Amino acid sequence: MSFKPALPSARHLIIAVPWFWLALFFLLPFLFVLKISLSEPTLAQPPYLDLIREIEDGFVTIVVNFSNYQLLLADSLYLSALLGSLKVAGISTLLCLLIGYPMAYAIARSPSHWRLPLLMLIILPFWTSFLIRIYAWIGILKTNGLLNNLLMGMGLVDSPLAIMHTPIAVYIGVVYNYLPFVVLPLYATLIRLDLTLLEAAADLGCRPWKQFLLITLPLSMPGVLAGAMLVFIPVMGEFVIPDLLGGPDTLMLGKLMWTEFFSNKDWPLASSLAALLLVALILPFVLLRHFERRAEEAAT
Amino acid sequence: MKPRLPLLISILLFGYAFLYIPIVSLIVYSFNESRLVTVWGGFSTKWYGELLQNEQLLGAAWLSIRIAALTASLAVVLGTLAALALVRFRRFRGRGSLEVMVTAPLVMPEVIIGLSLLLLFVALETLTGWPAGRGMDTIVIAHTTFAMAYVAVVVQSRLAHMDLSLEEAALDLGARPLKVFFTITLPIIAPSLVAGWLLAFTLSLDDLVVASFVSGPGATTLPMVVYSSVRLGVSPEINALATIIVGLVSVAVLIAGGLLWRQERRNRLSAD
Repeated sequence: MSFKPALPSARHLIIAVPWFWLALFFLLPFLFVLKISLSEPTLAQPPYLDLIREIEDGFVTIVVNFSNYQLLLADSLYLSALLGSLKVAGISTLLCLLIGYPMAYAIARSPSHWRLPLLMLIILPFWTSFLIRIYAWIGILKTNGLLNNLLMGMGLVDSPLAIMHTPIAVYIGVVYNYLPFVVLPLYATLIRLDLTLLEAAADLGCRPWKQFLLITLPLSMPGVLAGAMLVFIPVMGEFVIPDLLGGPDTLMLGKLMWTEFFSNKDWPLASSLAALLLVALILPFVLLRHFERRAEEAAT
Repeated sequence: MKPRLPLLISILLFGYAFLYIPIVSLIVYSFNESRLVTVWGGFSTKWYGELLQNEQLLGAAWLSIRIAALTASLAVVLGTLAALALVRFRRFRGRGSLEVMVTAPLVMPEVIIGLSLLLLFVALETLTGWPAGRGMDTIVIAHTTFAMAYVAVVVQSRLAHMDLSLEEAALDLGARPLKVFFTITLPIIAPSLVAGWLLAFTLSLDDLVVASFVSGPGATTLPMVVYSSVRLGVSPEINALATIIVGLVSVAVLIAGGLLWRQERRNRLSAD
């Protein structure tokens, strides 16, 4: 190692400062989610009863309350929200890959001086406000919006299509916002692909589509899976898109949690929903770490 | 393999049209005279005038900019430290947990980050008296926590591709490690620090969900104002705001892209 810190403690500081910040403000808060999810709601500020209560001087009791989790299991609303989140996240991940893969492939095969501008154009919308990009789709998709005006003007449909406040609008919004997250990792794996493998296959008489299926696709798998998880995980908890573009029947965990917290002021129930969401995300997160590491190893 | 060119070009055209049509429609209708967003009533800049008189929105924008600037500066320091630790120190206790804590905020749903930090702030306040109430401070802390992870990713890739022989030469010639860091390492990774700062700034400026959880009365950020106005329906003032944001971002990204491109070309020339 060439970088030797000035003082023996410099190395420790470099490690400790970000570690403690993240431990305090990222890791520790999850314990509070767990704790509040086991408490009872009450009409107070903050609106929950503490688990540890003093009954009379010196004597403390710990009251653990599982009723929030029982409610999650008993009321089919929460199960359908979990299934709804899984469905929206799964389908939009697939759509992102179907649109993003050809785009990443085309950018990686374009002349080298074109690649940076093309990538910049993929990232540019990501830098403008997320909320405003969702808002743009309201103007396009609503009943008397741009799309319906265009379709009716062209005589393709007689009455406006109901797209706004349907699952289709949610898919459009999600794909639109998360597309850069699949294009970038896919591009990173495709650009490193050893083209001589394809030449060798072609010399041996392999057809182009077979070359793609046997060589390009398997070698880009780490990029595919990393991109898929970068979409799937955040979409599971997405709130803004289903709230603004979806309808009342668009049930998703993030939206339900928001309602329980802000409208019903039920912090314990919102916390147990957050805990449920976290548990549902552990496996995808482990997969993400695994495939990112594989992509890194392939790169070096 | 020679891929079929027309197919690739049409894929790209379709993809970029999908990405840019909504943004172009926002810009076009921000100059629309009519309040009805889908009816063209002639060219007008009156919505920009109304935007400049909307004091609630301007106040929220100023608060958001201050929060974003503070967040970005803190996130660059913390994110760079995290990147240095992960790239330069191969083995240390806590490496695994630091890696996980740096990756997880990138994908963690915002509702979870927001709720969990709020519960932490409430518990800390009852235990220690700090933070007294919630507002700008708590939003900055919350934003820094997820923004530093993005900064760490950007800086990490730069550090990993850095030529270490320059630092070694300076150390061999007797420069102190701290001096080596400030005179050699820092200038080399500076572009990634600028990129990281801008990224953190944008993420903070854009965040609705986390800020809604950890904000208090009196601290209403720009996305909160935009969200409540968008919930009421489409409004041309928001289109005007969007156009201003898109304009600023495009200029910033073009400048950054130009710098990046020039540097890459210089690197390629010096490598040849």
